[in-house]
Amino acid sequence: MQPNVTKKRKGYLGALALMLILLGLYWGLVQAPPDAYQGDTQRIMYLHIPSILTAYLSFFLVFVGSCLYLWKREKRDDILAYSAAEIGVLFTALTIIEGSIWGKPTWGVWWTWDARLTLTAILLLIFVGYLMLRSLIEEESRAASAAAILGIIGFLDIPMVHMSVYWWRTLHQPPSILRPDKAPWDNVHPAMLTALAINFVGFILLYFYLLSLRFRLGEITEEIKTRRLDRGQ
Amino acid sequence: MKLLRQTYLLLWKDLVLELRRRESLLTMFFFGTLLLFVFHFSFDLVPEKVTEMTPALLWLAFLFTGTLGLTQLFEAERANHCLDALLLSPMDRGALFLAKTSFNIILMVAVEIIVIPLFWILFNLRSWEAVPLLFFVAFLGTIGFCVLGTLLSGVTLKARARELLLPLVLFPLMIPVILATIRCMEAVLRDGNIGDAAPWLRLLLGFDVIFVTVGILIFDWAIDV
Repeated sequence: MQPNVTKKRKGYLGALALMLILLGLYWGLVQAPPDAYQGDTQRIMYLHIPSILTAYLSFFLVFVGSCLYLWKREKRDDILAYSAAEIGVLFTALTIIEGSIWGKPTWGVWWTWDARLTLTAILLLIFVGYLMLRSLIEEESRAASAAAILGIIGFLDIPMVHMSVYWWRTLHQPPSILRPDKAPWDNVHPAMLTALAINFVGFILLYFYLLSLRFRLGEITEEIKTRRLDRGQ
Repeated sequence: MKLLRQTYLLLWKDLVLELRRRESLLTMFFFGTLLLFVFHFSFDLVPEKVTEMTPALLWLAFLFTGTLGLTQLFEAERANHCLDALLLSPMDRGALFLAKTSFNIILMVAVEIIVIPLFWILFNLRSWEAVPLLFFVAFLGTIGFCVLGTLLSGVTLKARARELLLPLVLFPLMIPVILATIRCMEAVLRDGNIGDAAPWLRLLLGFDVIFVTVGILIFDWAIDV
């Protein structure tokens, strides 16, 4: 594919993502009614849920890229895993920040050791470790396979971390008043669902836009290295 | 069978080296004991308070001493390109993984055998009958810790500041083991048996089995030079 054609398509992807998120925000902030109990603070949900879903998608892509890299040893799979990990860390951090902003007025605290919060924080720590590992190994191919292994272990570990953290909170301490009520789906106003759905699609598109940019950056870095090697620099 | 034979030979080499030098074992043992003193000073532990904190304190002590052992795990091979020679030899790299893991388990168990009774003596605990089962739970936790630790110390082998990096990547991944071991130990100290901590025990066993298998399969790439 011609580089400028790809560039154009990526531009469209970014613009579409931006438009959808703006539309979703309009829907969520203006069209949807405020929550019956939480009032306007609940509106952060329209960003919060898409962020964490995109982060999960990201860590799944790290796993896929890592497996493919170890199997086929192609540089692009490694670049995919690296890019996905970086953006995944970004979205996980965003989720935690959004959650804190919502938690302060709703629960009265910025942070509580609820199972879901703890799990998200551990995810962040695992993948920050992944990025640190990459940056601390100088030799290119070593860093790639080391990171690939950590990507696979991290992904396999997540279900177990999930179980242990949930049991820890349910066996150890009964659900307290700090827990948000989970309203059944038929209790949710349709405008809320529409806003959430639009933002979700918008975030996915934004995610792939960012991923494609980051991926291209990885490719360019790689190309520069090869050319330098060719020139013997 | 061949895998086991190779594992045995590699493990024997490490054990002989350790018996002659006694570096890791002695440092780990003294560090573990030292931690007990540090805990005592920091929490001002009286017998009533210490019972409920025992699992967490013991397991923290093992976690830190274990990390100390892990950072030394490949030191002998790093000198004089011994690792390259080892990798060139016609052996299964899964065997290298199993040998290194077992070696670290043996070191940690040796430390635990001394530190657990010492804990009971130093803090005047009376529940001696709980010690064997407690030791068994600690052993399962130790397996989980060493399996993942060995795998990651292979991964971080070529990294700068690897002693600092290893705990950073290891500890978040160890959370299931840390939680499960501490909960099982609590149950043992409270009821004298595993009792309602059975799901935790299964989680711990599952973790051990999954990562031993993954380790044998993936270590080939982890150690690749």
